[in-house]
Amino acid sequence: MKLFESEAKEIFRDFNMPTPSSGLAKTPEEAKKRASEIGKPVVVKAQVLSGKRGKAGGIKFADTPEEVEKLAEEILAMRINDLPVEAVLVEEKLDIKQEIYAGVTIDRNRRQYVCIGSSSGGMSIEELAEESPEKIVKTHINPHLGLQPFEARQLAVRMGFKGKQIHKLASFFMKLWKIVEAYDVELTEINPLILTQQGEFIAADARLNIDNNALYRHQELIESLDRAPLEENERERRARENDMAYVELDGNIACICNGAGLTMATLDAVALYGGKASTFLDLGGGADAERVEKGIEVALMFDQVEAILVNIMGGITRCDEVAKGIVGAREDKGIDVPMVIRMVGTNEKEGQEILEKAGIPFLQTMEDAAQKVVELVEEAE
Amino acid sequence: MAVLIDKDTKVVVQGITGSQGTFHSEAMLEYGTNIVAGVTPGKGGQEINDVPVYDTVWEAKKEHGVTASVIFVPAPFAAGAAMEAIAADLNPVVVITEHVPVKDEIKVIHEAKRKDITVIGPNTPGIIQPGAKQKLGIMPGHVFKAGEVGLMSRSGTLTYEIAAGMTQADIGISTAIGLGGDPCVGLTPIEGVKLFENDTDTKAMVLVGEIGGDAEERAAAYIKDEVDLPVVAFIAGRTAPPGKRMGHAGAIISGGTGTAAGKIKAFEDAGVPVAEKPSDVAKLLRENL
Repeated sequence: MKLFESEAKEIFRDFNMPTPSSGLAKTPEEAKKRASEIGKPVVVKAQVLSGKRGKAGGIKFADTPEEVEKLAEEILAMRINDLPVEAVLVEEKLDIKQEIYAGVTIDRNRRQYVCIGSSSGGMSIEELAEESPEKIVKTHINPHLGLQPFEARQLAVRMGFKGKQIHKLASFFMKLWKIVEAYDVELTEINPLILTQQGEFIAADARLNIDNNALYRHQELIESLDRAPLEENERERRARENDMAYVELDGNIACICNGAGLTMATLDAVALYGGKASTFLDLGGGADAERVEKGIEVALMFDQVEAILVNIMGGITRCDEVAKGIVGAREDKGIDVPMVIRMVGTNEKEGQEILEKAGIPFLQTMEDAAQKVVELVEEAE
Repeated sequence: MAVLIDKDTKVVVQGITGSQGTFHSEAMLEYGTNIVAGVTPGKGGQEINDVPVYDTVWEAKKEHGVTASVIFVPAPFAAGAAMEAIAADLNPVVVITEHVPVKDEIKVIHEAKRKDITVIGPNTPGIIQPGAKQKLGIMPGHVFKAGEVGLMSRSGTLTYEIAAGMTQADIGISTAIGLGGDPCVGLTPIEGVKLFENDTDTKAMVLVGEIGGDAEERAAAYIKDEVDLPVVAFIAGRTAPPGKRMGHAGAIISGGTGTAAGKIKAFEDAGVPVAEKPSDVAKLLRENL
């Protein structure tokens, strides 16, 4: 789950991390009011769950509350990377001496958390890693011991800081690590972390992504957010509630399969024969007839679907249950697009008998099925 | 010699009294797996499928000399169960459970490494040796034929798909390992390659990868420099859009890295042929064996 900057900063403040004074606004009038409360030049920042806001024009500076009102109106009307902007953060403009980068994420190769710092912030860490890798310093964290204060100080020294600033920056890294541990964070970034002319470090931005698998440990946080933890449409919500993985794509063939790898391979096979998938729908392990029926229903709710391909490799999933679900969906919902079925593995004979009885044809290999469904769509056009 | 398990492996099923644990321990026993004990804290003294259940792994080890564990414990407790198996020096520890928080996975993997124990998974179909009739996992045993090809994969059903294709082409499997679909897993492709390389029963390898991360690229580089056995690969997710999570938590292309094209290129550069469709794996093996 991604948190908005404003939400992440609330957590930062809970951990006594210095942040600029700021206020959230959902209307231009509110934004004006926040700016008057702050009483200084401010930044108006779009609150969207997407990177590269600045480049998209979602961050603007203003000197007066009237200016803030006008800018907020513009930003609130924007879509950034196809996401609507529903709120802006009005925030005190800092007196910048240096922009740096601080973050903690997971190194999947080492299977460890890694703490990352750079004395040049402001740009994306991926770009920085490519252009000047020597400017990035890292330390991997022992998961049993956690980040040690000496490691945090070492990072600060390697980033080129001296004297009191070593302690101040190290304390930032220690706080970031505590937040990572407390909230099952898979990625947190402060970019930029500002060193002010007065010599203080202040988190001018905040990115915080929480591991979805660990959300059950953070009910209190979710309840405090005043929004659904995940951004999803009706179809995505129904798929999730029925334990399916569902991704919408720009084609017209709904691919309903079991297992993520097999579903991806099925999408690839459809493309290989010249078709385009509308839906990645992984029924998950051990789907029963009801879940299969729900899966077909969810796939069909997506308007652009012109054909359905069901590809099942039965392991935990039983083909007879799948067949019952397909027959049920056809009877209950009345499917008016062509459907191609491939189904082998556990209880395949029983499953195929059920399909035969209902007069539904099926194929033996996923490649034949992918080819067939593409042909059917082409014929219909 | 075999990879990680053999016919003498004595298996404990952690979470055996749960519905998944009960169902799959029965399927494993039918296949021939040498399950000698089960563990569910608080349910000691019961029997499931004629297998005695204990409260702790320690007791199961004391009574039956168990050597390996397969875990069907729900996600919030799965890492704790793995820690218990690691503390009892069981090896390998196979974690079938999906949706385990990554922080827990990291702790388990770190502890296992410290003790030189192999964790398979989490979010894995498990490990199977058709020749030894041992499977620690949930795969349909009948699609795996005994033979000389080592198979490893990040995806469950895709493993079955490819194994079934190999069986149809009359190519058998020495050991098949599901590496698991999460970003952080105990056994990586490169470590899997090393295991198969040292296995006298394995004469060729199949590596099934998918989008996300760079584990395949690393394995390809290692194969290029170090491996003499023939290797064939398949990569799922050629058509996956960037930024979308394709079912597996690990299957996401972010920031232009982890693409299928990049992985395919890495294998081809290493002299590893990459199958275009799952059924081509058997064909490529025939040509390269």
